[in-house]
Amino acid sequence: MSATPNVMRVTYREAIRQAIREALMKDERTFLMGEDVGRYGGAFAVSKGLLEEFGPERIMDTPLSESGFVGAGIGAAMGGMRPIVEVMTVNFSLLALDQIANNAATLLHMTGGQVNVPVVIRMSSGIGRQLAAQHSHSWEPLFAHIPGLKVLSVGTHEDARGMLLTALLDPDPVILFEYTSMLNLEAEIPSGSGAIDITRAKVRRQGKDISLITYGAGVYKALEAAAELASAGIDTEVVDLRVLRPLDEDAIAASVSKTHRALIVEDAWRSVSISSEISARIMERSFYDLDAPVRRLCGLEVPIPYPKHLEDASIPQQQQIVSAIRNIFQHD
Amino acid sequence: MQQEVLNNKDIAVTREQGKRLLHQMILIRRFEEKAAELYTKGKIRGFLHLYIGEEAVAVGVMNALTPEDNVLCTYREHGQALARGVDPGAIMAEMYGKQEGCSHGRGGSMHLFDTKSRFYGGNAIVAGHLPLAVGLALSDKKMKRNRITCCFFGEGAAAEGEFHEAMNLAALWKVPLLFVCENNQYAMGTAIRYTHAVTDLEKRGPGYGITTASADGMDAIAMLTAATHAADQVRKTGLPYFLVCNTYRFRAHSMFDAELYREKSEVEEWKKRDPIMLLSAFLKDKKFLMDTDLKEEESLVETQVQNAVAFAEAGTWEPLETLTKFVYSEKE
Repeated sequence: MSATPNVMRVTYREAIRQAIREALMKDERTFLMGEDVGRYGGAFAVSKGLLEEFGPERIMDTPLSESGFVGAGIGAAMGGMRPIVEVMTVNFSLLALDQIANNAATLLHMTGGQVNVPVVIRMSSGIGRQLAAQHSHSWEPLFAHIPGLKVLSVGTHEDARGMLLTALLDPDPVILFEYTSMLNLEAEIPSGSGAIDITRAKVRRQGKDISLITYGAGVYKALEAAAELASAGIDTEVVDLRVLRPLDEDAIAASVSKTHRALIVEDAWRSVSISSEISARIMERSFYDLDAPVRRLCGLEVPIPYPKHLEDASIPQQQQIVSAIRNIFQHD
Repeated sequence: MQQEVLNNKDIAVTREQGKRLLHQMILIRRFEEKAAELYTKGKIRGFLHLYIGEEAVAVGVMNALTPEDNVLCTYREHGQALARGVDPGAIMAEMYGKQEGCSHGRGGSMHLFDTKSRFYGGNAIVAGHLPLAVGLALSDKKMKRNRITCCFFGEGAAAEGEFHEAMNLAALWKVPLLFVCENNQYAMGTAIRYTHAVTDLEKRGPGYGITTASADGMDAIAMLTAATHAADQVRKTGLPYFLVCNTYRFRAHSMFDAELYREKSEVEEWKKRDPIMLLSAFLKDKKFLMDTDLKEEESLVETQVQNAVAFAEAGTWEPLETLTKFVYSEKE
């Protein structure tokens, strides 16, 4: 807790935990299920203490059956509940991809509007803990490709506290990407923080020279880069996409029409990525607003390696963001 | 948990029950013959999987359920939908792709849904609906609703990982779920001896801690007996039950199938135990049915099928303007 009134200092982990706890208290149709969420306290200690508080009916440990329990979460949502399904890491979500893509995303449509699926599926994601190729995936573009899903990326503490609550109010399936590298990070958020708008991107820093568009683990990196650039006289606007599907195209267009330049940053592989999509939409809608070509900084197209120096070099870092933006202005 | 041996004739079937089963089986048979004819005329497109030969399973099981129970099926589900009481006209219109169809025309033959009768498809990824069934049953248990879930699938699905996951989860979570395996001997064109190391599928149940029985899927009375017992067990114990129904598909897998994988003599051999013939003989033997009754039944069914076709023909095409509807729920 901070000394400042109306503001609390929390870790990203604690913000998510508070959101889950509030959701469980607010709605008896809500329960949390996933691998090790109960007795172990969550693989990343996010749900620690919740089993003791809410009991095994609301905090359900599941076997290692991703397809089975994600499908069961979808089925329970069809049965009128509001389940929170935790997929321990995004890497295991592919074992449940059939359930998500073929059931959660299609049921409303295939049934002609008879069956909606109000399930929230949380996945921890991100790169930077030397977990090597099979545990370092950025699958945001994969899920954002699928009509019928809503895909959210939790890039700040405020969103860690609020996104889950709004997602649970949604009648359709929501995929929540959380980032393990941020779990221990502390930040101040308003103490009354709660449900927030999950349909809009958010400008995290106002600027007039360039739009730095990013999401997830890129948001704080972008803000730090923007602070560094400010001292060099470049006024960077940081746009946190937050919603990867359906995209808030208006927010992107509004920012680009103000700054006339854009750099898009993400950890995911460059080809067929979120940044590919944003870049295309800027071309389609805001081409004549641009003073410079849209630039991108993405993950290198390599399975993520184990050694720290190679892992760090695989994804965009703050210094690269700063250099990329300086370059855009040098070529102006 | 055990493998039960059921006595086929330990249920007292009334005249009314017997005639109801017969009526439903004749309706399924004639409805599907008409569907095949309409397919060759181009009125029905896509995949069309006929149930002819397996009717006893659908009618036996469906008559053991209450209107409150949930039903989930495979893509070969016309028979179950008709036996469940979904309007034949709405089913035919769905197969035509008309918006008066039971899934608004968006699903077609493989995706018949009708939430009014708690009929949850029409699922076309083999075994993909098993986890959904676990979730629906779990929601009923958690919400303390007095209903069971019945999930049909083929022996092909029993080779999928989701069968394993769903059986384990259902037993572990103690949910009221009746697994009905329709073993029609062929996973598309591959005989069970080429797909399962152990072809007596009922042996699988006890390994998961699930009580199991097998039944003669060509005999409607045996099916009604077995399914009534199984459903009663699920209702009484709240636990899952695994019922294996040994049956045979007289027609090809789909309308594209040249049936190169089986001998005609094998089909003829099974046709000697045609379920409609068997039930007619049983009812005649009991003096529940006269030849004139059968003629009357056929003419009644003919009218029903004609009406269904007329309803589908008179149906309307959804306008292009609403093409992207049913991707996300509309705001209330």
